[in-house]
Amino acid sequence: MWHGEGFRLERLPVGTRIVYGPEALDPLADPDRAIRHALENPLGDSQPLRTLLFPGMRLTIAFDDISLPLPPMRPPDSRQRVIETVLDLAAEAGVDDVVLIAALALHRRMTDPELRHALGDRVFEAFAPHGLLLQHDAEDSSNLVHLGLTDQGEDVEINRRAAESDLLVYVNINLVPMDGGHKSVATGLASYRSLKHHHNVRSMLNSRSFMDIHRSELHHSNWRMGRLIAESGVKIFQIETTLNTNTFPDQLAFLQKREWEWSLRDRASFLATSSALERTPIGISRKIFHSVRAPHEMTSVQAGAVEAVHEVTLANIYRQQLVEVSGQADVLTMGLPYIGPYNVNSTMNPILVACLGLGYFFNLYRGKPLVREGGVLIMSHPTQWEFNPVHHPSYIDFFEQVLAETTDMFEIEAKYEESYATDPWYVHLYRTSYAYHGVHPLYMWYWCAHALQHLGRVIVVGGDRAAVRRMGFSPASTLADALELAEDVVGRDPTITHLHVPSLLFAEVT
Amino acid sequence: MKALQFERNVSRFAASRVASVLVGSGKGVRVGPLELVELEELEMPGPNWVRVRPRLAGVCGSDLSTLDGRSSRYFDHIVSFPFVPGHEVVGDVEGGTLDGRRAVVEPVLGCQARGIEPECPACAAGRKGSCERIAFGHLRPGLQTGYCRDTGGGWSTGLVAHDSQLHAVPDDFSDEAAVMVEPAACAVHAAFASDITGGERVMVLGSGTLGLCVIAAMRALCLPGALVAVAKHPNQRKLAHDLGADQVVKPGEHKRAARRLSGSLALESGDGSIERLTGGVDLIVDCVGTSASLEQCLEVVRPGGRIVLVGMPGLVRLDLAPLWQREIELRGAYAYGSEDRPEGPRSTFQLAFELVREARLERLVSARYPLERYEDAIAHAAAAGRRGAVKIVFDMRKGGSGPDAPNATAGRADTAGTTKEAM
Repeated sequence: MWHGEGFRLERLPVGTRIVYGPEALDPLADPDRAIRHALENPLGDSQPLRTLLFPGMRLTIAFDDISLPLPPMRPPDSRQRVIETVLDLAAEAGVDDVVLIAALALHRRMTDPELRHALGDRVFEAFAPHGLLLQHDAEDSSNLVHLGLTDQGEDVEINRRAAESDLLVYVNINLVPMDGGHKSVATGLASYRSLKHHHNVRSMLNSRSFMDIHRSELHHSNWRMGRLIAESGVKIFQIETTLNTNTFPDQLAFLQKREWEWSLRDRASFLATSSALERTPIGISRKIFHSVRAPHEMTSVQAGAVEAVHEVTLANIYRQQLVEVSGQADVLTMGLPYIGPYNVNSTMNPILVACLGLGYFFNLYRGKPLVREGGVLIMSHPTQWEFNPVHHPSYIDFFEQVLAETTDMFEIEAKYEESYATDPWYVHLYRTSYAYHGVHPLYMWYWCAHALQHLGRVIVVGGDRAAVRRMGFSPASTLADALELAEDVVGRDPTITHLHVPSLLFAEVT
Repeated sequence: MKALQFERNVSRFAASRVASVLVGSGKGVRVGPLELVELEELEMPGPNWVRVRPRLAGVCGSDLSTLDGRSSRYFDHIVSFPFVPGHEVVGDVEGGTLDGRRAVVEPVLGCQARGIEPECPACAAGRKGSCERIAFGHLRPGLQTGYCRDTGGGWSTGLVAHDSQLHAVPDDFSDEAAVMVEPAACAVHAAFASDITGGERVMVLGSGTLGLCVIAAMRALCLPGALVAVAKHPNQRKLAHDLGADQVVKPGEHKRAARRLSGSLALESGDGSIERLTGGVDLIVDCVGTSASLEQCLEVVRPGGRIVLVGMPGLVRLDLAPLWQREIELRGAYAYGSEDRPEGPRSTFQLAFELVREARLERLVSARYPLERYEDAIAHAAAAGRRGAVKIVFDMRKGGSGPDAPNATAGRADTAGTTKEAM
């Protein structure tokens, strides 16, 4: 199983159920043609994109940021394919006021190489040198516009350029069911004032899971906001794309296979890779892994009205990722990889480890969690007490100062959120450097809320003991030790489910 | 009487310094100028002097500096050799108005103790710690009991004290509580010397005995808006929190903590680490007193802010450019006397008694040693934080763990709330 920038070979107890993702779907034979078709044949009440473009209009194209997909995909990136096609249509229509905006929300700004990778050389060179490739700044009050309050009293404040354009085209890469829909604009182009209405402990506890939009308060809030955005006159043309689960290149392809189906070559690859990684300094292995480009391929593209598009997108994600699982286990085990949405080209610090395991992977379910209430989650990751001070400055303070005092979500939210959100140094670094917003570590902690409320214990195998304990989890040296610890909570001979990642999957638990 | 005596012996002094540098603080005591000796009882220096039989006497950071040969040459002319160290003392009084009672010694040897009349301006104003006559009068030089040849010190079975130096110990005070009154008085004075008016963001650097007492004093006597302690060891961190720090951080985290507390901006190096702050805390209390600690103070105090130096410094090497450019005030806080309070002047020691009681500072006494085991005691004191201890004391009580005790319990703490790990 994954263990950060390495692997652990573990023997799971007899009777353990291993949940594997479905085989990778065949990709679209001609994705560029599929994109053109989608733009010409929009879903819902939208007109073809071509007919929405006219000379003299203000066109804004927003796109998902560095957090998608994971790992970054081999070029051409889906965003590049889609945006090039949109720009071709805009050029044909004589549109010359076009601005591209990376929809960062409160994420860090992307570097030029990262933007170039996502958009391709042609788009980057056409826009960046002219100041037409922007990154959303949730702290730039002069470039935000407050559109009003939802019927639940939620502030809707988004990027002014996007809101005041004649057309906003949003280009998504929908990796998991949480992505896309109204969340694209209502979150990706929003301010803290707006985001705090759904990025909070209450929403997280009422999202079961936040990957299931129909049972997710996170999404309900975004949908209310999205509808208000539409009612405010913001015209959105939504483009969503899905990927297959070809996640790693040939030399790491064994990771996606069922272990009993490993060929001799797979076994040799595993042994050689593991052995090499054990001898490689962490900094170098991290660099190697972060240079991996996923051979993801596009499986669908749909465009048009937000909700109609998203419905089809979800069906395509489920087609690739949905796995039916019967019954919950007492114990859920998982190996956590080196990468999550918020540490691309960076360090996976302990809070991001928690967020990946207890936020993302735990919530990859529909119906019921893979582990029963009061059960145990065991995750394997080195969980080094290590932070990237450029990308995650407020994470350092949050981990070393706030979590040293309390891990209680509600207390943290009440006592610390505002000061972290408004700290002028964090704001400065978010706006001018490559730092996640000051409040981001708190959000990542909130994302663990449902799991922490549900579980009886969280055990981290092979993690830095002090870091693991700081978060209120239990450290264990081996999986066997962890299972022994788990018996204190769930009793002897527990039922065990192992979530095999990769590939990404979405469990339908009945 | 038995006493640990500190000789002026240049070769042993040098040996101690070399050992402390090479092996570590407290390690030079075996080759240094401290010896357990049998001495004649001290003569009374003048009228109103009494004999005190120490019960407990603490080992202070300044004692360790002296034993390590690291103390400043500044003190050369205000101590007299040979002397018996020990200025944190509770003992039994023989004679005078407190005859037969326990008393804490206020060790500063000001004009009154020296028989000087009229008193110097500082003593007349109640600032005994700033006495201008500490090398004059009917005593040989010595800024305090424990540094003066004529008075003896607490690391013995007998010393002499002027009755103005003695504070009766309430019956309900344990000896452990009483021996904490002197360090608590230093902390009380430091708290008032800080001139906090209320609401300031305060950082206390260092959480040994003095730092912990300062935290308790700040919390009890001042109204800091926020109080952050920098503490190295787990036991210190726990105690700092218990004694009133709002936040406790490890050394190295002080810049981030001060930045968060003050909402300051920061200047970064290329790797994202903080070089220095543009703002900072209003006040920082340095309870360490080294070049490194003072440099850390300058890193985190805001322009126009104040550094109060409580830990005994020596020769330091320091870039004062930030002090100049940011108009930072550096202020010393030494000893005690009387403090100006709204209700009128109050004895620092009396305020310290109240602080010890309120904050239960007796819990800081971690281990007791007989004089005979002074090498172990000094080594323990020098490594106190690392070994989970705070205050190490010599125990001269009969029937306790003193030299006459059949089963000395040196190295074990038996006071509730103190660490048991002492050996």
